[in-house]
Amino acid sequence: MRLEMQKRQSPSQAMSLLSPVLAIILTLLTGAIMFSLLGFNPGKALYVYFVEPLLDPWSLQELVVKASPLILIAVGLTICYRSNNWNIGAEGQFTIGAICGSVLPIMFPDFQNYAVFPIMLAMGAIGGALFAYIPALLKNRFATNEILTSLMLTYVALLLLDFIVRGPWKDPEGYNFPESRLFHSYAQAPSLFEGGRMHIGALFAVIAAIVVFVLFIRTLKGFEIKVIGETPRAGNFAGFSKERMTVFAFLVSGALTGLAGILEVSGPIGQLRPTISPGYGFTAIIVAFLGRLNPIGAIFAGLLLALSYLGGEAAQVDLGISEKTAKAFQGILLFYVLACDTLIHYRIRIVFSNKTQVKEVA
Amino acid sequence: MRKLFAAAAAVALGLTASLGAQAADKTKVGFVYVGPVGDMGWSYQHDQGRQAIEKKFGDKVETTFVESVSEGPDAERVIEKLARAGNNIIFTTSFGYMNPTLKVAAKYPDVKFEHATGYKRADNVSTYGARFYEGRYILGQIAAKMTKTKTIGYIGATPIPEVVRGINSFMLGAQSIDPELKVKIIWINSWFDPGKEADAAKALIDQGADILVQHTDSAAPLQVAAERGVLGFGQASDQIKFAPKNQLTAIVDHWDEYYISRVQAVMDGTWKSEDTWGGFDKEMVHMAEFTNMPEDVAKMAAETEAKIKSGELHPFKGPIYKQDGTLVVKEGETLDDGTLLGMNWYVKGIDGKVPE
Amino acid sequence: MDFADALLVSIVTASTPLLLAAIGELVVERSGVLNLGVEGMMIMGAVCAFATSLTTGNPYLGILAGILGGAAMSLLFAFLTLGLVANQYATGLALSLLGLGFSGMIGENYVGTPGVKLPTLDIPVLSDLPVVGDALFNQDILFYIAILLVFFVSWLLFKSRWGLILRAVGENHNSAHALGYNVNRVRLYSVLFGGVCSGLSGAYLSLVYTNLWIENMTAGRGWIALALVVFASWLPWRTIAGAYLFGAVLILQFHAQGAGWEVPSQLLSALPYLATIVALVFISRNRTVARVNTPSCLGQSFVPDR
Repeated sequence: MRLEMQKRQSPSQAMSLLSPVLAIILTLLTGAIMFSLLGFNPGKALYVYFVEPLLDPWSLQELVVKASPLILIAVGLTICYRSNNWNIGAEGQFTIGAICGSVLPIMFPDFQNYAVFPIMLAMGAIGGALFAYIPALLKNRFATNEILTSLMLTYVALLLLDFIVRGPWKDPEGYNFPESRLFHSYAQAPSLFEGGRMHIGALFAVIAAIVVFVLFIRTLKGFEIKVIGETPRAGNFAGFSKERMTVFAFLVSGALTGLAGILEVSGPIGQLRPTISPGYGFTAIIVAFLGRLNPIGAIFAGLLLALSYLGGEAAQVDLGISEKTAKAFQGILLFYVLACDTLIHYRIRIVFSNKTQVKEVA
Repeated sequence: MRKLFAAAAAVALGLTASLGAQAADKTKVGFVYVGPVGDMGWSYQHDQGRQAIEKKFGDKVETTFVESVSEGPDAERVIEKLARAGNNIIFTTSFGYMNPTLKVAAKYPDVKFEHATGYKRADNVSTYGARFYEGRYILGQIAAKMTKTKTIGYIGATPIPEVVRGINSFMLGAQSIDPELKVKIIWINSWFDPGKEADAAKALIDQGADILVQHTDSAAPLQVAAERGVLGFGQASDQIKFAPKNQLTAIVDHWDEYYISRVQAVMDGTWKSEDTWGGFDKEMVHMAEFTNMPEDVAKMAAETEAKIKSGELHPFKGPIYKQDGTLVVKEGETLDDGTLLGMNWYVKGIDGKVPE
Repeated sequence: MDFADALLVSIVTASTPLLLAAIGELVVERSGVLNLGVEGMMIMGAVCAFATSLTTGNPYLGILAGILGGAAMSLLFAFLTLGLVANQYATGLALSLLGLGFSGMIGENYVGTPGVKLPTLDIPVLSDLPVVGDALFNQDILFYIAILLVFFVSWLLFKSRWGLILRAVGENHNSAHALGYNVNRVRLYSVLFGGVCSGLSGAYLSLVYTNLWIENMTAGRGWIALALVVFASWLPWRTIAGAYLFGAVLILQFHAQGAGWEVPSQLLSALPYLATIVALVFISRNRTVARVNTPSCLGQSFVPDR
């Protein structure tokens, strides 16, 4: 028995809608089996995991808070990945963006007015972009592979943050604990609903997704990205510069990621600390591909991933399902979504060794 | 396909049937851990405390925990989730949860919060911590008695006041026996990397240390000590299993009594916002058995423990000099808790600077 | 053991797990597949090796279990990316999540239990050599395997017919297919080989490096191994250089701290990463090496047209 793939002549519209549904059904079935084997009521577990977080305004807001940075980073990464620039150092760019954006509220805490927040955002974006520029520069100048440089620079950025909040930037009234002072009110991301944690970062995420989407389908730059990404040689003939594209992709991606960093620090966290990201930069890579390298797709993928985190926590709180189980389940969910996406471009047949028994699956 | 739908329907049925009401008269206790319960260190010991609550109160309590909660933006959501799930008291067990705990506490005035190792309180937020440095004073004394090379290796996670305080207390204990003792310090900049802990341990032994002290979570340094035939101390829990012939003693985090008393207070309606910083006296710090050392050293250690417990001895009793020789605490006085809390300088006799 | 010998032993211990995982991933990437799930395979190898050696008391059975753990994970990856042409980047990352979660579930009962140590195998005479004796000739079997694997992979890729096919598949899967090679079968074996090596690397962590099981104990080593493959420009011998450079800087910065260097420890901790970048910049100035050896089809799925 073996699987046989047959490329469709054009991507199936029906399947691009159906494949997520199929993935969800498969995940639910697997989840039901897995949770019952572990001794939990499967119906209840799945309800707590996938449905409950969507029913309550509080968790809906939290869902958006969790998804916003993932979307913002993933949108930038789509430009990189579509143009064959393998930036996997978003975590580092996020960190540097957060550090650069925090300069004003930490070093000049008395400078308080409405200009502060926009300046912080700008500095965060610039910081992230410049940090992302390093792998781009090394790639262009020395042909140094960006997978390695962007990844290694992430560790350097995390240690730099650690150094800075333990040393020069620690809160003078903080008993020498490794935290910066709390940001004053002008330096905090405005929340969208009174009392909730959902903040202006959600708008940035959506706007970024739309802008990049338009860039892809309506502009010459978008065409250039497509050509360079899909047929580099044709790009050469067309006079597009691969080097300039690398710089462009890294700068935009770094800027959006840096923006996500400063938004996270000025929003949900409210100060600079040694840990500011639960691995957003890496998770966003999954989001980018799950969204099929489409910025609008990244919005849905970001929300799905956020839901899997919230669901995992809810399962721990409400049912006592362990975090490890939740994490494994998250992995399974992602596998199904990725596998089912295949159906958009391919027909799958199961071919049994006996040639007559060909079974059409989808 | 029909089977598929049948299965989906079964799931949906099970779902509606199972959403029954929960017993309302139970006291619900929530915990947030920074590491996995399987870290065998900090979070593991807090979970031991949670299990002690369950054992003590049985049906009267219901405990929940969320593990591996990053100290970044996720913390507030998890704490609030626990509050919304109807927990009556929530223990947030890492320093980085301080501000998130306060933010959530302001929204849920009826829920009691207990934040470990922080310094900010509110009407419904208590803080608690343990004076682990008391144990480290004893480690210092034992190390000074046991070392032959006069060099101690010290592995620190990250230079926060808690760790710096431990180093100082260790050094003061050691100096009470042998003023000439030297300590070499290596920071691994992580609480959680057994491999690096082992590497640091080896480096220290190679540089002449014959006793290892660690302020990181895993038993890896102790295993290295056992392999290389030097002595060491367990951290957070009794790790004698990992080095039966090489662990001298261990500082054991022990939250059972405190957690039980706070849950009891919630049940009785007597819970108040407090700051608890307990050591041997409040049973928050235990010493594992003093072993692999001569009788007289074990006896001395036990005596020191008793003296600290009774208050007769304070590790930070004057005179205490900073590295540069300035007198911080005069003879007959002890260092105040505020200074201890934010300690970021070394006492005289330690080479090197506190990393800043 | 004198100082230099002991120092070398520490460096070898810190580097070997990186080398094991990197040499496996190198073969995977040479065949045109990028598996970002090294961390997940490694941690499964670690927990399987630990649990098995503890239950049976036999560390060699532990190694076998580690291999199986890593291999099982790699087959899952292969099924998705080769069988169902799912995206390799995302699948690899999901594999890491799955591995971290699943290993935690398996390892729950083994927390706080000392493991079984893999014995060292003394090679007579050679192990008495000064300085390098203990580090190179009085090691456990996994170290020897690691070095042999580098020889083997080097031979496989550049001297054997297999290697020619494997590289052809990674270089241009359409041509390889046109020549009649079964692209996905070659890739399946490569991915499996990568899983086996990551499993060995995990076994090294829990049986040699630190003899215990702690959740997430790989602590990012899978990612370093991935970076080292790039560092090596996909050349087997250079993985040794990369792994030992990284390990050496890691260990030496600890020694610098112990000796009382007054440099922020964060900077010292960042040195292994910075050193790798700088070294790669120097190596890759020779552009032809990088261009010739980078598998052109890296990360691209293959589906035969018919």
